[in-house]
Amino acid sequence: MAASEEASRPFAGLSDVSISEDIPVEGDISVPVGPSRRDDEFSTLDEPVKDTIMRDLRAVGNKFIHVLYPKRSSALLRDWDLWGPLLLCVTLALLLQGGAADHEDQGGPQFAEVFVIVWFGSIIITLNSKLLGGTISFFQSLCVLGYCIMPLTVAMVVCRIVLLVSSGVIIFAVRLVVVTASFGWSTFASTAFLADSQPPNRKALVVYPVFLFYFVIAWMILTYSP
Amino acid sequence: MASKNDPFQFQEFDEAGDLLEANRDATTISIDDEDVKPQKQSAATGFSSEADTEDPLANDDQAELLSGQKKSPSFWSFEYYQRFFDIETHHVKERIIGSMMPWPRKNFINVYLRRNPDLYGPFWICTTLVFATAISGNISNFLAHQGNRDYKYTPEFRKVTIAATIIFSYAWLVPLAVWGFLLWRNNKMVNLVSYAFMEIVCVYGYSLSIYIPAVVLWILPFNWLSWCTIVVALCLSGSVLVLTFWPAVRDDHPRVMIAFLSVIVLLNILLAVGCKTYFFTIPGNKTVTPTNSTT
Repeated sequence: MAASEEASRPFAGLSDVSISEDIPVEGDISVPVGPSRRDDEFSTLDEPVKDTIMRDLRAVGNKFIHVLYPKRSSALLRDWDLWGPLLLCVTLALLLQGGAADHEDQGGPQFAEVFVIVWFGSIIITLNSKLLGGTISFFQSLCVLGYCIMPLTVAMVVCRIVLLVSSGVIIFAVRLVVVTASFGWSTFASTAFLADSQPPNRKALVVYPVFLFYFVIAWMILTYSP
Repeated sequence: MASKNDPFQFQEFDEAGDLLEANRDATTISIDDEDVKPQKQSAATGFSSEADTEDPLANDDQAELLSGQKKSPSFWSFEYYQRFFDIETHHVKERIIGSMMPWPRKNFINVYLRRNPDLYGPFWICTTLVFATAISGNISNFLAHQGNRDYKYTPEFRKVTIAATIIFSYAWLVPLAVWGFLLWRNNKMVNLVSYAFMEIVCVYGYSLSIYIPAVVLWILPFNWLSWCTIVVALCLSGSVLVLTFWPAVRDDHPRVMIAFLSVIVLLNILLAVGCKTYFFTIPGNKTVTPTNSTT
């Protein structure tokens, strides 16, 4: 009897359990907000505009320096940005204007043509490199190809300055040397970054389109006539 | 467990074998899910049957891998096109040289492509030819008008677009037409040889590679040199094309065969002579730049 009673009340033994007064069961469940110091590290909303712009400009300038002295550093690849290529492309396209484009047809390349050649050419070369099994990402490759136009833009500036003086055969020879040197520099700089991402038996297949790309741009610069 | 000599020697099977030797009635369960049957056999046969039950599964995997791609990737996916870039530098070199040297018994597709057509060669050869034509044409115009005071040098950038249209349509539309024609003839009579569209594009693309040095040679203002170069380039690339498509139409009606092959050769001639006439100035005629035509 007692056993069945006990069995029918399985939790009978617990009826006299009471929560001791010593254990506190109340408290505050609100999540403490961290100090605003932690947020400031990641949020750049409160900094002055000059800081924001200077940070981006410094990054772009840093990459220009890496193109000037192409060592095996990964700064260009790690933090890619497309500001530099855009700046260079617009500068180059603007400098190529005002040439023999006085007559509408058969003149030099129009602004849109330069833009299309630079960007479309970069995209095609990037696609080519990815189809051949490259490990570089799409935007990294665009970034490298765009930044390596810098020597050619510098050559364009030099050519325009030199052409202000006169336009004879000697000047043409000077321009030829300058443009050839900068073309070689651009190709060398970009292959220093791009060729590493390919297996060794396909390196030449990736380097050749880059060579062609910079050759066409160098040709546009060389044939600029005022 | 204490092994025989070296405690670090990998002795997995030996230990299990020892265990099984020790207890013949032990139930062993093989790793694959299907066969969970007790094996009251001796160690050697136990392991062979275990190996047998594991092997069919392994064989299935291997069979699928070895038989190639069972399901081909979709036309709109990246992997579909990656198939056509599965070549190496020396392959491209061999194919370019092979397209410049036709050999009577060697069919370009069979010898060089070997069921691995690529898109790299045709695309970049066409692009190079476009720029080579435009640039060489520009230089040859400049050299032709050397003594002329009134001539004002212009880079003539529009010609790049025109050259691109001509060369890319030759390299893609003509193979399309050839492929369609061969498909139609295949329906009419059984042919032993049939080519895939990509292989035909490949042949046409590589056959244009002989024109790149030819175009560069056309800069030099010697008429005889230009015509010699045209004839040589036409013979080489034309014969590569003819030798490639000859086995495909060999069994056909002779009139159809002759018409087909002569159309191929004719289009080739048209491309070469057309490019030469439009982009290059023959020294002596000061015609080419169409300054009177607008837009």
